[in-house]
Amino acid sequence: MKYFSWMCIIIFSINVQAQELSGDEILKKVDQNMFADNKIIISRMIIHGRRDSRTIQAKSWQRGTTDAFTEYLAPAREKGTKMLKLGDNLWMYSPSTDRTIMISGHMLRQSVMGSDLSYEDMMEDPHLPNLYSAKIISSEKVNERECYVLELTAKKEEISYYSRKLWIDKSRFVVMRENLFAKSGKLLKTIEVRDVMQIKKYWIIKSAIFKDAMKNGEGTEFFIDEIQVDVNIPEYIFSKAALKK
Amino acid sequence: MIHFLLKGLLRDRSRSLFPLLVVIAGVMLTVFLHAYINGAMKMIVQTTAQYSTGHVRVMTKAYAKEADRIPNDLALLGIEKLLEDLKNNYTDVLWTPRIKFGGLIDIPDDKGETRAQSPIYGMAIDLFNSESVENKILNIHPSIIDGQYPHKTGEILLAHELAEKLNINIGETATLISSTMNGSVTMKNFKVAGTVRFGVAAMDRGTMIADISDLQQALDMPNGAGEILGFFKNNIYSNEQAEKIADDFNSSVIKINLKTDEFQPVMGTLRSESGLADYIDLVDLFSSFVITIFVFAMSLVLWNTGLTGSLRRYGEIGIRLAIGEDKGGVYRSLLAESLLIGFAGSIIGTMAGLTFAYYLQAHGLDVGDMMKGSELMVNNIIRAQITPFTYFIGFFPGMLATFIGTAISGIGVYKRQTATLFKEFEA
Repeated sequence: MKYFSWMCIIIFSINVQAQELSGDEILKKVDQNMFADNKIIISRMIIHGRRDSRTIQAKSWQRGTTDAFTEYLAPAREKGTKMLKLGDNLWMYSPSTDRTIMISGHMLRQSVMGSDLSYEDMMEDPHLPNLYSAKIISSEKVNERECYVLELTAKKEEISYYSRKLWIDKSRFVVMRENLFAKSGKLLKTIEVRDVMQIKKYWIIKSAIFKDAMKNGEGTEFFIDEIQVDVNIPEYIFSKAALKK
Repeated sequence: MIHFLLKGLLRDRSRSLFPLLVVIAGVMLTVFLHAYINGAMKMIVQTTAQYSTGHVRVMTKAYAKEADRIPNDLALLGIEKLLEDLKNNYTDVLWTPRIKFGGLIDIPDDKGETRAQSPIYGMAIDLFNSESVENKILNIHPSIIDGQYPHKTGEILLAHELAEKLNINIGETATLISSTMNGSVTMKNFKVAGTVRFGVAAMDRGTMIADISDLQQALDMPNGAGEILGFFKNNIYSNEQAEKIADDFNSSVIKINLKTDEFQPVMGTLRSESGLADYIDLVDLFSSFVITIFVFAMSLVLWNTGLTGSLRRYGEIGIRLAIGEDKGGVYRSLLAESLLIGFAGSIIGTMAGLTFAYYLQAHGLDVGDMMKGSELMVNNIIRAQITPFTYFIGFFPGMLATFIGTAISGIGVYKRQTATLFKEFEA
């Protein structure tokens, strides 16, 4: 009887916790978990094209979610190429021309280094609660982890992906899988998280595969090789002058 | 007999003048329209070959499927060997590789910041090789407005209107922003060597011409090209010959690469590649349609003229029947007269049509204003083209219409009753 009472209490408390969290609240928790103040990341992208695969290595300095500076380290052809994102503006520096060009308009739709990610993806506000309203549609297991399945609908029309379907780890509040759709309902992109890691209080994606559903390739694998969070980054890094250094 | 009929026609002008004028007008229009349509079609085919498809074109199978999108990620690689094979195997054809590309052209100010920017359509061709045929095919030298032909790597030609819009001078730097064949954004600095105007609205709006080696480097496609174009040495497109070469090439490629590879080269012809096949058929149909309409309309007019003439010649025909000429003889003489009128009208109409056609062949008609927003590879000046067939085409409507018109109106001869002829004369 005592055992039964304990079971009831546990089940009841789990239900209360689940009922207490709405879709929007889950998104806010994801935000709190994922976004550190500052980050320095060394990452790798393996881009699987129709002909061959290429590996791109980059080092990024991120200030909050609005500013970022990226320097490409490899391959030789891309080495020294730098990108600066300040709010809604994006610049690219090419060492071979010694020119800094603002990437805007239709160029934002181009892929980043031929990957399955576009510049538009980079420019998008990563705080999903600002852009979408969410509702929980079910629960599923992804990589042996219990996940909320959320359906997100855009709050405004002028947005790259009108709706999204997210699988969010119930205890770590990290996105484990994501499908991105156009307004017509057509699947545009998929993200499958393969591995996560805990750095300080944050659960961060360690490796994932991005796939542009409109492309014939096998997607882009993304790996974080090194990461530092909540570190001081000098102010000059986030300036156009830093691009030519 | 012919001499007798001719005398009658010349002496009684009311019998021949109006039919003759109708035939002259119809034949003149037929000849002129034939030459003009022929010229316009030849020009469209030639311009499409020059700037777009060549007479035959080699691409990868995957590129060919999406050629309109210019998918350089699916471009041909290892073209040196392929070019060598093509040159050895098909000696009647001049082969040249090209890379088409899109992007932005960015003009920097003194500090390297963007001063002006515009979208461009680019074509990378073999500019410097002494064996290159591109200068001749694209007519580059005569098209240069300012500056000069590029002499060294890193030099480009820009469309004159684009250079004016960007306010860029000869010798200044222009940065190309485009995509590599892997999809990365790429930038490359070029020097503007000259400006060109090809007289093709779609090209003159925003074209950049660069050397293929520069673009191979910029677009990260070493020893690659989007397409290899082939032009017949006599520069005249023969669909039969093109299909023969394409079939031979495609079957030999399949023999070498037994497995179907989306990057294996395939050859297409101007007719199949340009989407002009239906267009050419339509124009041929349209030309036949125009001639048929002329024959029909002129026949109606000449039928009416024949009826009027029969009424006027009512007495003459009656007397001829009364003195014993049989109805068939009268009918045949009317037909012979009509053929004489048709022949004379066809000759004069053909000469008049040829005169107008020759004028348009020499001077052309400038349709540049109409083509401003056009994406078609059409020359701004459309010229008529006189071919041996132009000399004869007018005789079909000219002879046929007068013959049909008279044949219908002349049936009235058979309706005359010999018994009532004298009563008619008495009246």
